[in-house]
Amino acid sequence: MGKRSVIPFGPQHPVLPEPIHLDLVVEDERVIEAIPSIGFIHRGLEGLVKKKDFNTMTYIVERTCGICSFQHGMGYCETLEHIMDVEVPDRAKLLRTIWAELNRMHSHLLWLGLLADGFGYENLFYQCWRIREKVLDLHELTAGARLIFSVNKVGGVLRDIDEDKQKIILNTISEVEKELLVIEKTFFNDYTVQSRLKGVGILTKEKAHELGCVGPFARASGLNVDLRKLNYAGYGMIDLEPITSNDCDSYARCYVRLKEIYQSIDIIRQAISKLPADKTISVPVKGNPNGEFITRLEQPRGEAFYYVKANGTPYLDRMRVRTPTFANVLGLCEMLKNTELADVGLLVLTIDPCISCTER
Amino acid sequence: MGILQYAPQALKNLFLPPVTTSYPFEPATYPEGSRGHVDIDIDNCISCGMCTRACPSNALSVDKMKGTWTINRFDCVACGFCVEKCPKKCLSMVIGYETPNNTKSEAVYQKSPEVLEREAKQRAEIAAKAAAAAKAKAEAAAKAKANANSPSETEPKA
Repeated sequence: MGKRSVIPFGPQHPVLPEPIHLDLVVEDERVIEAIPSIGFIHRGLEGLVKKKDFNTMTYIVERTCGICSFQHGMGYCETLEHIMDVEVPDRAKLLRTIWAELNRMHSHLLWLGLLADGFGYENLFYQCWRIREKVLDLHELTAGARLIFSVNKVGGVLRDIDEDKQKIILNTISEVEKELLVIEKTFFNDYTVQSRLKGVGILTKEKAHELGCVGPFARASGLNVDLRKLNYAGYGMIDLEPITSNDCDSYARCYVRLKEIYQSIDIIRQAISKLPADKTISVPVKGNPNGEFITRLEQPRGEAFYYVKANGTPYLDRMRVRTPTFANVLGLCEMLKNTELADVGLLVLTIDPCISCTER
Repeated sequence: MGILQYAPQALKNLFLPPVTTSYPFEPATYPEGSRGHVDIDIDNCISCGMCTRACPSNALSVDKMKGTWTINRFDCVACGFCVEKCPKKCLSMVIGYETPNNTKSEAVYQKSPEVLEREAKQRAEIAAKAAAAAKAKAEAAAKAKANANSPSETEPKA
């Protein structure tokens, strides 16, 4: 038995642009325990709700995260719509679904690129980001910006996707699908990729359930959890089956996320084919919210949780967001036990961490 | 499992042109409806201040007397909520991002002198009307009081 020592990982580390600190207790080169600490960039979103009008807050809440911004705005708006008893038109629901899935595609492609970068496959990294660029162009075409959509409002959406744009979306996602098939082979079959991912960072199904892991991270451990089955937004009109894997390792996480891009492409196709002819995309909302509500939805990284308490004035009493990374950090620490020190950087990436959202 | 999975793509990469645009030597292209930055048709602005109250990042300020509309471009997050809120629709989102700078400078838009003069005249007219109305009201009230007082004085005697 070797001598135990503690090696700090982060808050600044090359694999992540965001600050998470892990105290790694190591014995020789093997990690025995990981103790996390977060909270380096707290921004006080929960206090800001008392100063800003609830409509203005839509634009602040969606800036919780730069990658999954659309889902944040959507979650906040849906919570308020429940409180205010507003029924959103079907077209707006499906438009939200389309944007949410475009967002998921871009997030997963970004993650695949970062993963490739994490295990040192620079060329694969650039290929993933080249494909992602097409999805970002679709964001700009439909919503007006590449990352922060700002198309949600309480009572619907602000922009419509007309038929020309629908055609462009369908063509582009077909191209993305074709190009993804080429790099998929590398991710699934390449010797170097497999040697870094297979059997590394195992989190069993029982442990994942016990620690409350969410999203693709939990699905890769064999848990069949996908909140899109709760039928929020337009998902009630969409046919989908969660993608899971029973391998429980890093390779399974890569598999689940890559397959989810194809699933998103399928959902976008379904949603576009089901867009109703009625062009109403929002309903007028009168008065101020009064009451409280909890919404849960599936972000690219897993379950996000919104709690809003309103008091009948334009300023909310309380607003809380729990992002998926917060739920997954415990799973990460469990998974890091008994791994090689050299794998820690890659394993932190496999939960798809978004530390800055966690600390909003 | 294989070792040459990526070889076809790698070979292709050798002969493909770059996918990036070498901006600023080549112009950047933006789709229609891209939210670049906020623009104002200042002469139609009524300085109501709806945009300043809507702004999530407090980037806007309005001075009614001077007729100015000020935006801090580096605070603005280009969400477009001010454009949606503007009652006169004089704000708009236009294509093209702001150029970088090393100071957080503000862009000040000033109404033209004719518009300012017209507005001052309108304000003066409204003020005069209000003053006249107030005066008329005061006179009417005084008269009513006088009328109300005189019967009340006589009534108990009768």
